Amino acid sequence: MSALGSIDLSRALHHAEAIGRVLRGLELTVERRVPADLIDRIDSLKADLAGRPTDDFGYDPEAIKPLAPVLAWLYYEYFRVQTFGLHDLPAGRVLFVSNHSGQIPIDGMMIGSALLFESRPPRAVRSMIERWVPSLPFVSTFFARLGQVLGTPENCRTLLEQDEAVLVFPEGVRGISKTYDKAYRLQEFGHGFMRLALENQTPIVPVAVVGAEEQYPALWNLEPLARLLSLPAVPITPLFPLTGLLGLLPLPVRYRIHFGRPMYFSGDPHEEEAALHDRVLQVKQAIQDMLDRGVAEREHIFW
Amino acid sequence: MRIAITGISGRFGRLLARRLHRRHAVVGIDRRPYHERPADVELHQIDIRRQRCEDIFRAGGFDAVVHLNVMHDPRASSEDHHTFNIRGTTRVMEYCVRYAIPKLVLLSSANVYGPRAENPQFLTEDAPLMGGTRFGEIRDLIALDMCAQSFFWKHPDVATVILRPVHIVGAVRNAPSNYLRLEHIPRLAGFDPMLQIIHEADVADAIAAALEPGVRGVYNVAGCAPVPLSVLLRMTGRPTIDFPHFLAEAAVERLWRLRLTSFPAPEVDHLRYVCMVDDAPFRAATGFRAVNDLDATMAHLRLTSAADLR
Repeated sequence: MSALGSIDLSRALHHAEAIGRVLRGLELTVERRVPADLIDRIDSLKADLAGRPTDDFGYDPEAIKPLAPVLAWLYYEYFRVQTFGLHDLPAGRVLFVSNHSGQIPIDGMMIGSALLFESRPPRAVRSMIERWVPSLPFVSTFFARLGQVLGTPENCRTLLEQDEAVLVFPEGVRGISKTYDKAYRLQEFGHGFMRLALENQTPIVPVAVVGAEEQYPALWNLEPLARLLSLPAVPITPLFPLTGLLGLLPLPVRYRIHFGRPMYFSGDPHEEEAALHDRVLQVKQAIQDMLDRGVAEREHIFW
Repeated sequence: MRIAITGISGRFGRLLARRLHRRHAVVGIDRRPYHERPADVELHQIDIRRQRCEDIFRAGGFDAVVHLNVMHDPRASSEDHHTFNIRGTTRVMEYCVRYAIPKLVLLSSANVYGPRAENPQFLTEDAPLMGGTRFGEIRDLIALDMCAQSFFWKHPDVATVILRPVHIVGAVRNAPSNYLRLEHIPRLAGFDPMLQIIHEADVADAIAAALEPGVRGVYNVAGCAPVPLSVLLRMTGRPTIDFPHFLAEAAVERLWRLRLTSFPAPEVDHLRYVCMVDDAPFRAATGFRAVNDLDATMAHLRLTSAADLR
């Protein structure tokens, strides 16, 4: 009886040790990959608050610190993000306009990480989030602390007036929930971002994210089920739901984020939609060009 | 200036009278008695809806009226509430026109916009008054605010100012002050909305600023810089209790019926959603700046609650 117990115990210890080794290895890789100055970078963002506990929107850079290792692991290990054109960014207020893809908004997270980890000086990106988020407990507070803001024109205007860097996805759900046959083809753009940029003379930086389309290559979107569950989409991918929970993991694709040259526009922000259309198309075309080039230049989806 | 203050005997009315009586002649109208009234403040103890009240305005020679006589007691029957608030206000407006009083200041509230999931972080004066969608008791205040707005357009000769201050904190008996005075402060688990509070003395200052010639219109009034609810609660030094939001409203509803709480259930939304205002137009029009910051305001709340206990 006791012999049996001791055998089990030693086996359990053996397993525990193995797990421990893997975890330590993971920890080491993470530590090695967290930029040494990351805490300094976060602290420099904190300095902008001038002693207030949070900014007007509930953003507190301190809240990024406990997440930084996870973000760094996703950024450097899992998605091995490559950035292009990150050093030509304008200082002060700026509007990042990006394509949106990949079923869940990892693209926003990676753009935010890129600007925190690699841009000089580090920028806090304020992305505009969906209208139902504020009614979720914990999630709403968590997002607010990380600087995410409810996506209304008023909020975007307030942020730009405070010289913040705002990230918008003018395709919205049309972009993120599209199926793989439409990969890297920009969907219809909303015009709101152009009005806001004109109002505050904000430079627009077009952003093209290459890689996210392949993280969950959706073959089919089960729209009736999505409506039933009030979800934006229920994608069927080669791995989901066939392989169960495993299919929920995004594929470890390589992200390539291209930042374009800043674009400056002028004009009356209150013009009718048609008059803004040309300028919106210019931005859209700039992103589409970067996407096409980025897709053509990459040698492989996964590395 | 000769200023009439309706509802002068309330806590805020007395505060405003003390703020104004040294520089102006202050005449109070209230059906309640006014204890420890400064000697130079005249009081007419009368219900504002009474016909006899007109004589006060006829003979008064007022340069301005500050209308504070608005009942906020959510326990009072809605009929009482409605006639007192709306009838009282329309009477005061009539008198302003009839006796050529050039200025009327009304105290509304930023709560008329209502805490809502889809609110932008800062509401401007143009935002729709959606406070009544879930919270019936505030419809009175919304009706009053709208009534004042239509009066503003119909009678350009009376400079009407409608002030919508954020949560007023101090010795006043209102929901936010009562909430922050609780022994154990309940909150909704996982929700930590940004809040704006203002020191009651700053509201009195804002009214004084609104009395200046040339000021007219609808204005939001904000005080301290916005902070998350959790920061305010930490400053009270009181223990907090987290409730899941889906239980809280039903529980408060039940407690309210049993008369165990003074908070109507829909007010719980203030612990969940943002209802903050942009006060830039008022600051631009009057140069008003709140004197008291967050520390001073919360210290004042502690002090006044301690004084109440004695």
